[in-house]
Formats: sequence, C-alpha cells, structure tokens
Amino acid sequence: MDPLKLYGENFSSRLLLGTALYPSPQAMLESIEASRCEIVTLGLRRQNPKDRDGAQIWEAIKGTGCRLLPNTAGCKTVKEAVNLAEMSREIFNTPWIKLEVVGDDYNLQPDPFGLVEAAQELVKRGFKVLPYCTDDLVLCQKLLSVGCEVLMPWGSPIGTGQGLLNKYNLRTLRERLPNIPLIVDAGIGAPSQACEAMEMGFDAVLLNTAVAKAQQPALMAQAFGNAIDAGRAAYSAGLMQKRQTASPSTPVIGQPFWHQQSRQQ
Amino acid sequence: MVTISINNETRQFPEPVSLAELVREYREHNPELAFAIAVNGEFVPRASYAQVQLQHGDTLDIVNPVGGG
Repeated sequence: MDPLKLYGENFSSRLLLGTALYPSPQAMLESIEASRCEIVTLGLRRQNPKDRDGAQIWEAIKGTGCRLLPNTAGCKTVKEAVNLAEMSREIFNTPWIKLEVVGDDYNLQPDPFGLVEAAQELVKRGFKVLPYCTDDLVLCQKLLSVGCEVLMPWGSPIGTGQGLLNKYNLRTLRERLPNIPLIVDAGIGAPSQACEAMEMGFDAVLLNTAVAKAQQPALMAQAFGNAIDAGRAAYSAGLMQKRQTASPSTPVIGQPFWHQQSRQQ
Repeated sequence: MVTISINNETRQFPEPVSLAELVREYREHNPELAFAIAVNGEFVPRASYAQVQLQHGDTLDIVNPVGGG
C-alpha cells in the first residue's frame, strides 16, 4: 500500500482515529490496535481534578506510540482556537493541530471565516495545521493560500453517521486539488462510507463515534481499517466507468445454442 | 480581597498572588496531571509562570488532556 504523506511524514495507515466516547480506556486501546491507525486525535478540557478519566485516557494514549493530533474542538472564535492550539503544543509537544472553529452549535459546522483567520495565525506561529472544514472549494483554496498543507473536509456533521452528504462537492475538491492530502473528517458512520471516500480518491479518513459507539468497538475499528485499505486499493487499481446498458462479461463468441435459436427465428 | 476565577470556581486571596504559586499548589494536588494554562483567555507558557502576577478579577483556565475526535 502506498504511504500516506502528511507534512513530510509517511504513514502506512490511512485511518485517523478519535479517542473520545469509548466505554473504557481499554476499549479505546483495543480499537486503536485493531484499526492499525498511526494517528490519533485528542483534546484539552478544564477538568475536575477528581475526575481521573482524562488522565487515564492520556496515559493510555501515550503508550500507543501513535502520532498525536490534538484538536481545538469547541472553539468558537479565532482567539480561543489559537490559544487552545498553543496550550496543546505545550502539553503534547507537537506543532500538529486539528483546527476546529465552530460556527454553528446545531450542526457544529465550521466557521469558514474564523477558520481561515485562525489557520493563517497558527501557520505564522509554526503550527502544522490540519483544518476541519466544510467541502466548499473556495474555502479550501483559501486555507491552502494561508499555508495549510492538508485539508479535512467533512463528510457530514460530526457524530451524525450520515456519510458523504455532498458527493458533488467532495468530488470537486478531489479533482481540483489533486496534489493536496484530503482527509474526510466527520460524519462517517459505516465502513462502506469510509470505503466510498477512499474509492473517490480521498487520502484518508478520520472518525471516532462510529467506532467508539459500536457494540464491539475493536471489531468495528478492524472493519474500518479493512474498508479503508480496500477503498484505497480500489482507487489505485482504477474503477471502471459506469455504463447505461449491459455488457456481457462472459465472451459472446462460442456461445452454445445461439445459432440454434437464430435458425428458429 | 483579590478574587480570581479558576476553571469557573471563584477563589479569594488576601493579596495579589503569583501564577507560579498557584501552579505549585495545583501540582501538589495533581502531581501526575499534564496541564497548560491561560490567563484571561491568553495562553501563558510554562517559562512565563514566574513573571505573571494575578490581579483581582483575573480568570484562569487550567486544561488537561482528554479523549477527542
């Protein structure tokens, strides 16, 4: 399998996995292992020090050896996102940041204007920005123009599991930005949806809820890993063109009985 | 009295307190927790804790790692 290249680093897995919502830290670890992912997302929150869940998860994640991709989830302004990114860089010792600037509470849609402004500022400060964005071509072009080298358009709103809602826009992104790593982030609910994104030529898929909320998270993680591999292989192999009419796959020449039927007519 | 909000909880001090002092106290209670700090919404790097004197009305955010998507 050809490697995924992000900000100069190669990865053999094309699945990025979130670390929230698992029934336990152990279930999260088993899912990471079963998925074969090499990049995990995580966040920062104010916590009650008596609540040890966050500490347990962080201890568990550290032991995986995965590359960390901290997020700015929940930030609604440029200032919030930039400051949370700085806090992430200090804690996790990485310039990589999954940049989220939320513009709408109802569907957690990214704020395109704040996103570009925050991305520009973070790039200036030396961050490797992976923006969670909508599938709007012009927004994506703006993000590239301010220094993002990877884009993460949504498939559908976070946690909905609705898959690829706007395939026209997603195909347009792939066609117009052929050399930019594009990761479908959010809204993926089933391995078939992840596979479809990969078949369309997307470079990777980032997901969380579909695995974490499965009845058997590790098994679902394995299913996603396999689906993403299959989709990538299919894209690399080259999918056939759809046709309107049937075309026999078994050779017509040498078909028995055909001449007999012809004589009867 | 100096009132400071720490993670949305109000605390009162008889006089202005240094950030380094509060961090020392936080570490004593949470020795194993990774954390980062913002004062009034602005990130404060570790190296600057000693230079920050907290004033009445300041808000402090102390964040820790959590699972995230």
